[in-house]
Amino acid sequence: MKATFEPIVGRYAHLTLSGRPHRLYIEEAGSGIPLVCLHTAGADGRQFRHLLNDPAITRDYRVIVFDMPWHGKSLPPAGFETEEYQLTTADYTQMVLDVCDALELEKPVVMGCSIGGRLVLNLAAEHAVRFRALIGLESAAYQQPWYDTEWLNRPDVHGGEVCAALVSGMMAPQSPAESRHETLWMYKCGGPGIFKGDLYFYRVDGDLREKIARIDTSRCPLYMLTGEYDFSCTPEDTRRTATLIKGAEVTIMKELGHFPMSENPAQFRRYILPVLEKIKAGS
Amino acid sequence: MGAQAATLDASAERVATLFARLPELIDANSDLVRRGRFLTTDFAIIVGTIPLLVRIEAGRVTSVARGPFLLRPWTFSITAAPETWLALFKRVPDPGTHDLMALSKTGLARIEGNLQPFMANLQVIKDIVTAPRALM
Repeated sequence: MKATFEPIVGRYAHLTLSGRPHRLYIEEAGSGIPLVCLHTAGADGRQFRHLLNDPAITRDYRVIVFDMPWHGKSLPPAGFETEEYQLTTADYTQMVLDVCDALELEKPVVMGCSIGGRLVLNLAAEHAVRFRALIGLESAAYQQPWYDTEWLNRPDVHGGEVCAALVSGMMAPQSPAESRHETLWMYKCGGPGIFKGDLYFYRVDGDLREKIARIDTSRCPLYMLTGEYDFSCTPEDTRRTATLIKGAEVTIMKELGHFPMSENPAQFRRYILPVLEKIKAGS
Repeated sequence: MGAQAATLDASAERVATLFARLPELIDANSDLVRRGRFLTTDFAIIVGTIPLLVRIEAGRVTSVARGPFLLRPWTFSITAAPETWLALFKRVPDPGTHDLMALSKTGLARIEGNLQPFMANLQVIKDIVTAPRALM
């Protein structure tokens, strides 16, 4: 049987992030408005493969997805073996700015999910002028923790299995089994302590409640979309955040959870296409 | 006894009856037994005021005993009201009552005791305690 190929191109970029050389894996497809997608904590860019393969998106958007360092096919930097990985607000923010600069993207749209959804709020507060629009999926300035992250990286509990088991219930029961398990697979593949290190940003360093009042959506539109089954970043968490941001557009997505783009791509498409159309029309 | 208490008792009895069928439900799921093959433990499911002691041996539920118990030990316990268990068992559960950890986050369920075997076998245990969903 002859192979069929997807239109995605994957390449390795060499660039300096937070003062250290990195080899970063980047996939892209399409042309037009740059749309940079940020994956969730403890996962990788494969979550966005359906967007990269969607002609309704790629005909107007250059979709760009990178695996964060320590994730997916991006390696950790030299010397990682002697340090504990902890993602900070400053490093994460600078990483996204640096990747956009390195790829010479002009006024990109950034869409992030979960920790990525939190990060776009920081981009909106501090760097709005650099972006055409920002999209936060499962996004809130803060949400209540619901387990001790010490469970994620210890020798008597399998890290991949427990990470996947914790997030498995954050998806909607209506999402197809194949897509749910593909989403979980990425959690099972994560490096030891990486999900936990990402959650340092989410839980310890990245509380943005004081900062979001600064967001001016007249400078950069902000769209926030949250799945009704997400009990980690709940619809109420997103609504509470949005009440402090004049002009933020909130959509609560039916029959979706914390991983809309990968747990049920067809259902997510119904919600994200109108947002992307709106951004295009405003460009 | 008030009407409300009677309804609660009826719900608790219904949930206890559903949990009593765990041995056959788990036996019928060879994939779940395979995934749970390293798990041998005793844990308590507490339905309102009814304690159920669940014995798991190599991934199979070998007994579900109903209390009260006199100084019987268990490794960990999961406690929730009867209506919470029934909400979790719905074929298509509602947001917020669709997952054991969601119930724990909101305080509708309490998970206590030695949690190492619980966390080390989290997906298996979640699948075992939601197995009655197949009967709804």
